Amino acid sequence: MNKRHKILFLFIAIVVKTSAIAQGVNPAMETKEDLMKTGGHIYIVLAVVLTILAGLIIYLARLERKISKLEKTNY
Amino acid sequence: MINKSWWKILTIILLLYTFIAGLLIEVPSLDILHETIRNLFFHVPMWFGMMVLLIVSLVYSISFLRKHSFRADIYAAEYAKTGLIFGLLGLITGAVWANYTWGKPWSNDPKQLGAAIAILIYAAYFVLRNSIPDIDKRAKVAAVYNIFACAMLFPTLWIIPRMVESLHPGGQGVEGNPGINGSDLDPTMRIVFWPAVIGWTLLGVWITTLKIRFELVKEKRISNE
Repeated sequence: MNKRHKILFLFIAIVVKTSAIAQGVNPAMETKEDLMKTGGHIYIVLAVVLTILAGLIIYLARLERKISKLEKTNY
Repeated sequence: MINKSWWKILTIILLLYTFIAGLLIEVPSLDILHETIRNLFFHVPMWFGMMVLLIVSLVYSISFLRKHSFRADIYAAEYAKTGLIFGLLGLITGAVWANYTWGKPWSNDPKQLGAAIAILIYAAYFVLRNSIPDIDKRAKVAAVYNIFACAMLFPTLWIIPRMVESLHPGGQGVEGNPGINGSDLDPTMRIVFWPAVIGWTLLGVWITTLKIRFELVKEKRISNE
């Protein structure tokens, strides 16, 4: 359970941080909607690739946990 | 847990940086390439990652021949597998990039041909390794072949493409190594490129360690049955 919380926390931290960085690029933007549509809509692409990256890393972390569990079982 | 997995957190940070900075930094505007130069942060690290993974595989193969530890054989095979995946991804992404900049996905460029040959040589490593049922013989033959395969990487990827005319950077008539010390790589791109190379390579190592642990558990289970 503890580990699951850690992963969830990491994911939230990543999302918060990326939006903070993205806002840092153009502070004039007021809402998220506007930000997403600046710079030739590049932020939409960024959101997509970051979602894929986050999904892959969560998948890898879960796989690692399953293998760790297998390694601990005695048979 | 943190002590052991600090490099996994580094992997995540470097890849996040690669994706964010890779898409958002200002890149020099070039003819033909335009924004596609950003592929440098995704396509090229595949090849760098592949080289690192395959060299690690070679080291484990040599270690097997010296110490006859079957662990080393599993390590070598799994590193080579991930290396091969990286190579295939490099080839596919290269074809997509080439389609829109060089006009067609495959132009028989010496580096494309060399990469394809290198990948086929590594595919043969797995054909050979999986075709020998005897564990002892399999590990030994595979380790010897892996040394040959790794030795073939250098002429096919780094020597021949640089001796002839090539669409890739660093062909005949180009001074120095375009990837490492070439002055043609923009300094702002370099601060994303190298973290990207390290991040992607570490991701490959991460995947490989999981595959190794899985194989070891499998092996243990078979021997206990």
